[in-house]
Amino acid sequence: MAVSHSEVKHVAELARLTVSDARLDELAAELNGILVHMDVLARLDTSGLSAPSPAPGCTHLRSDSSGPIPLMAPREAFAPSIREGFFTVPRLATHEVTEAADAAGPTP
Amino acid sequence: MTPGKYEMVVGLEVHVQLKTRSKAFCGCSTDFGDAPNINTCPVCLALPGALPVLNEQAVTLAARAALSLGCTIHPVSVFARKNYFYPDLPKGYQITQFDRPLATGGHVAIDVGDGARRIGVTRVHIEEDAGKSIHDRFPRETAIDLNRAGVPLIEIVSEPDMRTSREAGAYLRTLRQILKYLGVSDVSMEEGSLRVDANVSARLHGDAELGTKTEMKNMNSFSGVERALEFEFARQCEVLDRGGKVVQQTLLWDAARGEARVSRTKEGSHDYRYFPEPDLGHLVLDADWLRRVKAEMPELPSDRKARFVSDFSLDAEDVDQLTADPSLGEYFEAVARATADGKSAANWVMGEVQALLNANNVTVDALVVRPADLAQLIHMVRDGLVSHAAAKRVFALMAETGKPAAQVAHEHGLLQVGDDVSLAGWIDEVLAEHPDEATRYLAGERKLQGVLVGFVMKKSAGKADPKRVNQLLVSRVGPG
Amino acid sequence: MKSEDFRALHAAAISARVAAGTLDPAEVVAASFARAKEVGAGREELNLVLWSDEKVAQADAVSVKKGMGPRGGGGSLAGVPMAVKDNIATLGLPTTCASRILAGYVSPFEATAITRLRMEGAIVVAKTNMDEFAMGSSTENSAYGPAHNPHDVRLVTGGSSGGSAAAVASGIVPIALGSETGGSVRQPAAFCGVVGVKPTYGRVSRYGLVAFASSLDHIGAFARNVDDAALVMETISGIDPRDSTSANIPVAKYREQFVSMATTPTPLDGITVGVAGEYFPEMLGTDMRRLCDRALDLLRSLGAKVVSVSMPHTSLAIPVYYIIAPAEASSNLARFDGVRYGMRRSGSASLREMFGDTRSDGFGPEVTRRILLGTYVLSAGYYDAYYRKAQSVRTLIADDFTRVFAGTCDVLFTPTTPTTAFPIGQITDPYEMYMSDIFTATANLAGVPAMSLPIGRSNGMPAGGQIIASHFCEDKMFRVAYALEAALGGEAHQ
Repeated sequence: MAVSHSEVKHVAELARLTVSDARLDELAAELNGILVHMDVLARLDTSGLSAPSPAPGCTHLRSDSSGPIPLMAPREAFAPSIREGFFTVPRLATHEVTEAADAAGPTP
Repeated sequence: MTPGKYEMVVGLEVHVQLKTRSKAFCGCSTDFGDAPNINTCPVCLALPGALPVLNEQAVTLAARAALSLGCTIHPVSVFARKNYFYPDLPKGYQITQFDRPLATGGHVAIDVGDGARRIGVTRVHIEEDAGKSIHDRFPRETAIDLNRAGVPLIEIVSEPDMRTSREAGAYLRTLRQILKYLGVSDVSMEEGSLRVDANVSARLHGDAELGTKTEMKNMNSFSGVERALEFEFARQCEVLDRGGKVVQQTLLWDAARGEARVSRTKEGSHDYRYFPEPDLGHLVLDADWLRRVKAEMPELPSDRKARFVSDFSLDAEDVDQLTADPSLGEYFEAVARATADGKSAANWVMGEVQALLNANNVTVDALVVRPADLAQLIHMVRDGLVSHAAAKRVFALMAETGKPAAQVAHEHGLLQVGDDVSLAGWIDEVLAEHPDEATRYLAGERKLQGVLVGFVMKKSAGKADPKRVNQLLVSRVGPG
Repeated sequence: MKSEDFRALHAAAISARVAAGTLDPAEVVAASFARAKEVGAGREELNLVLWSDEKVAQADAVSVKKGMGPRGGGGSLAGVPMAVKDNIATLGLPTTCASRILAGYVSPFEATAITRLRMEGAIVVAKTNMDEFAMGSSTENSAYGPAHNPHDVRLVTGGSSGGSAAAVASGIVPIALGSETGGSVRQPAAFCGVVGVKPTYGRVSRYGLVAFASSLDHIGAFARNVDDAALVMETISGIDPRDSTSANIPVAKYREQFVSMATTPTPLDGITVGVAGEYFPEMLGTDMRRLCDRALDLLRSLGAKVVSVSMPHTSLAIPVYYIIAPAEASSNLARFDGVRYGMRRSGSASLREMFGDTRSDGFGPEVTRRILLGTYVLSAGYYDAYYRKAQSVRTLIADDFTRVFAGTCDVLFTPTTPTTAFPIGQITDPYEMYMSDIFTATANLAGVPAMSLPIGRSNGMPAGGQIIASHFCEDKMFRVAYALEAALGGEAHQ
């Protein structure tokens, strides 16, 4: 399977990476150069297999009253922009707000 | 059934905030209304190197909810990452459950007046909430508060079984009541602990296939949900009547305008790239644990209603009112058992108690009158120690002071006077003060009895036992 | 204290003397910083150390001496200076993962492994250079420039934990922490001529390790000898309530067996060592083969039985690894958006632009490549063919180990790397670089413990031999390593 220029562009969008058109072509070639080695996997029959559980034998559960992990420095020490206790970012455009609504999540 | 050519088909996705003390994957408090970002830690801030650890109580409450809806709980379920970028989604992904959820296959029983129906529940799964983005606090900036990020949620997805907006409303109200009874959530749409997304489509009556559905978001009340569904259904019918096709899209309800607008997203731009969460093992629930959860489940509304009817011989309407709120039902039951008189207890709770709660806009948890004290008051009325009228006054004072009935009645001179000597004295005075009525009454004008009793009650400042007063007056008329 | 005296002391010896009061931790710290200057560990020279602060380290030394730690001055690592790879969270010194996107970021919490080491009196003296976000096999992918191998500055240290490996190799510290996802502790250990250990997955808490690929990441340790490495592993291992993937299995006392081993001529009696042909391919150089043969001969003389085994799915490791690791990384690195910490590109017209600009400016080319690759293999239409398929094949690779350890052998012996350290700038093809992990990535995919120790020199450069054991059988792994190290003696470095 070969990765196209438009697929790399789409993937870069999904990953929020700004990539120039010229670099997109380079990246498509680089990714194809890597993915060609994965073809060997397609030839294997793995129909009876399932992925292992990420942490076999572990269902770690935490008590509801375990208490918070303390921060050893205030948020102001590492936040790029903080005002009245809020993290701030450039104001979202309307369509960005509605996009979040789309993400099947809570009302923004 | 929706009248007209087309049938409305509705499915609802409900997000419910679980009532835990701490978040789903970290020990931060879930308290509402604290200063911004005060309830955050490396985990819910998604600092580099932080890891999630699942809150046991979130699992317990989620299991309780799933059991109450008659779902099958899967002994093994899997957490997954739903990947997308948003400033109030700190990790750049939400931990949720995707193809192996906690529970599947339940139902909610509703009755909108044309018989009981079951609305299917497809699945219940656990996930975490995102933070809050506030767009209008600062100019040109969006403010992010992550106090809510990581609060545990369950998502309850229904089958597309609802056929009218009323059914949708009934489903939500019933679901809400069940979850309230279970103590699983505050289930308040105003506070955001209950959120609803609706899927609605239209098809010709009799068609087996479903029409294209649209998704409606941003409804803030149950009635808002009903109105939004009607709006969108009407719009879809219109499109179909014109020979057009309904486009699958997401709409945002605007309650103020009473209309929905399309959310401007590009097709295919939401690829969430779900994969199993590698930082959490599979959620394995053994049979013993589930048995314990089942055993510790609070009573469900339907069970309590049935019990009230059989234990206290109440009718269905009364029972509905008494079980609307779980705390109210508990209060009623305590009073009923203390007085061994369900009917009186019901009357008092639905009457004076409810009126007081309404007037002060509080729930019964704020009432200082203990069930035992109200029971005592009811006994005093039954035994003639206070008149019914006086009892209302006594109750009001009890609610103010928290003092028991007998004490209040005594302190405020509200005890009924029932001895014949005192009563006779007042009757004498009234007859003397109202000679005209007295003569006519004693001559046989029975209809004046009420008036005279009224005068006696006034003279006695409400303390006279009206029943005995009536008896004594009648005895003065003499034979004839 | 004199530089050569400092460098002659093992961690265990340092802490013994500090505990006894015959060595002042302040002297040890001073010697460490002096050595760093001596070898040119900083930016302009070997570029092994990214961040260090002598004043803070000396303050820690005072605390250790005053016995302010809960274990008093008697901690098992009292006064021992240690270097920490820059993707492990420490208080005080920055944690940048050698990336611009975390420039200046100082973590407000500390990794569990660090806490455990500091509780025993260890002192963090440096954060070390690495491949950006642990993505690389040479420490050339650092935003702060490549690290240079102390044995030959034209050559790479290996990666991604190159700075930590070289810090130990050059005598700046006796112990260091690194991390592994595909071999990033063992490979640089081999290239730098030190001991490097990857524990069983879940043995050591990942809390505080900046995630690259969650199901493959491990914190590991470097030391000049097996005993010190085992000491570090004993200290940092064990279940952590802050890491849901950490294992609830007691930690054995790995070093207890070393005492009795010293007195027996055949300490490996009853141990079977497996040799898999797949780890000795055609392309393996003669020198490497010779050194491995010598090691195997020694193992036999120590009483071990050596048998041939087959690990047929070994060659699938790199394709599988380079689907799973970038996929998980693409998700783990989504949190770097400039909102809450780290670098943020200013002057963006919109939030979308801010995300894009910050991430594009902040991530280097290898990181960008892997995020794109990972996003691609998870995306709709490709998830089944790539990610799901790779996870299934991973089971086959893991089963190879399960099978051989089920009764055929106790440990495996392999070369750690196909070659010795290569020149900086020589390997430019990404996939060719990925092939450096060819012998190490299998252990990460299977989660089994593995370690590298020096087994000799090839053209003057260190070569490593790898010992792999079954899950949670670190004690067996250390047993074989300890015996081999003793038998090799000085020849390990010749």
